Amino acid sequence: MSEQLGVMPAQTVGPYLHIGLRWPDGPYVVPEGTPGAFWIRGRIVDGTGTPVVDAMVESWQADPDGRFDHPDDPRGARQPALAGFRGFGRSETDGQGWYRLLTVKPGSLPEPDGGTEAPHLALSVFGRGLLHRLVTRLYFPDEQAANAADPVLGSVDADRRGTLLASPASDGFRFDIHLQGDHETVFFAV
Amino acid sequence: MTTQDARGLVLPRYRRDDVDAHPPLLSPGYKSTVARAPRHPLIYLPQRLTEVTGPLLGEGRLGALDHDLTRQHDGEPQGQRIIVHGRVRDGDGRPVPRTLVEIWQANAAGRYRDARDTWPAPLDPHFEGVGRALTDDQGRYQFITVQPGAYPWRNHDNAWRPAHIHFSLFGRAFTQRLVTQMYFPGDPLFFQDPIFNSVRDPKARERMIARYDHATTAPEWALAYEFDIVLRGRESTPFEDEDDDE
Repeated sequence: MSEQLGVMPAQTVGPYLHIGLRWPDGPYVVPEGTPGAFWIRGRIVDGTGTPVVDAMVESWQADPDGRFDHPDDPRGARQPALAGFRGFGRSETDGQGWYRLLTVKPGSLPEPDGGTEAPHLALSVFGRGLLHRLVTRLYFPDEQAANAADPVLGSVDADRRGTLLASPASDGFRFDIHLQGDHETVFFAV
Repeated sequence: MTTQDARGLVLPRYRRDDVDAHPPLLSPGYKSTVARAPRHPLIYLPQRLTEVTGPLLGEGRLGALDHDLTRQHDGEPQGQRIIVHGRVRDGDGRPVPRTLVEIWQANAAGRYRDARDTWPAPLDPHFEGVGRALTDDQGRYQFITVQPGAYPWRNHDNAWRPAHIHFSLFGRAFTQRLVTQMYFPGDPLFFQDPIFNSVRDPKARERMIARYDHATTAPEWALAYEFDIVLRGRESTPFEDEDDDE
């Protein structure tokens, strides 16, 4: 077995992430006008309740059929049937700490042991003061049966599980991210 | 999706980083971590389909001059030109090909082209400070830019950031996503910088310092630095063991 190389440590994106990581099309996981598309909007707040204005959220998700156009999807990489679907979104926070993503609901995912994962987005949170990205998941409030059977939600203490659930909003869903405090969002080690 | 589709799925699995590879989220010397670092321990997430796949963003995101920060404007930027190059590999030494590398940095005077950066160092009308490149089949990348300046910040009394370039990498899977900073050899400001020093393992800190590379310099034109980046490697043990670790 070959010797393992030491990984590069993470560092903060710092306060000026906007110059390097802003993409004009960043928030668009799907193009505007895609049938069934909705907005996910949320606010990032710190432990003092202050909006975090120098942060960025990235999302990654399956397509509506629950597939990834990626060679490591063991069912085979497959181009999504939905035109313009990128799977990936990126949004810096604005002056009030809001991020936004235009997307569609991902499909359920099979588990190697035969179970099923509920539709979800994987989110990375970067920001000044975050020395490494934070990883969380967003689940949908209108998927109660699937959520109840989801192995990841099931692994989280019941009294914190709600931090992983988006809430309905007029044009989609709202998902706030609390870095700290009474409603601290559940963050994962991947 | 039927359960039959799911049976027999064999997923690659990425090694967990050792605890000293990355800085602790709560590093009080870096004041901004105090109200922002989560207080609950991170919850272990077994890697599933979502975590072992990731965005494969390619040529469509690159303009012809995105890798050359000295030629993005009509005029030449101020400062010492440098070539920054290296290889992106995983922890097993395998190249990470065709992955997007994004960089951003201060200009030669230590000022960012960002409205939030208000310290009175000059802005350079010919320097944006933003670059993008795609690694080749061997995981190699290259940028041409200028040596960034150090700059003051208000973290502690007379605080200065060592000169650095921000790097953002996707890798091949969600688990490999990394944002880091490249530092320059022999910088006298390391001793007082809590961001650099938040990485506790001295060997891991060393990895963030580029190597001066005389062989790659361009005579009468540019100095050169080599900055190799290692992303997480894969486990060799089969996926079936995953649940045993929980």
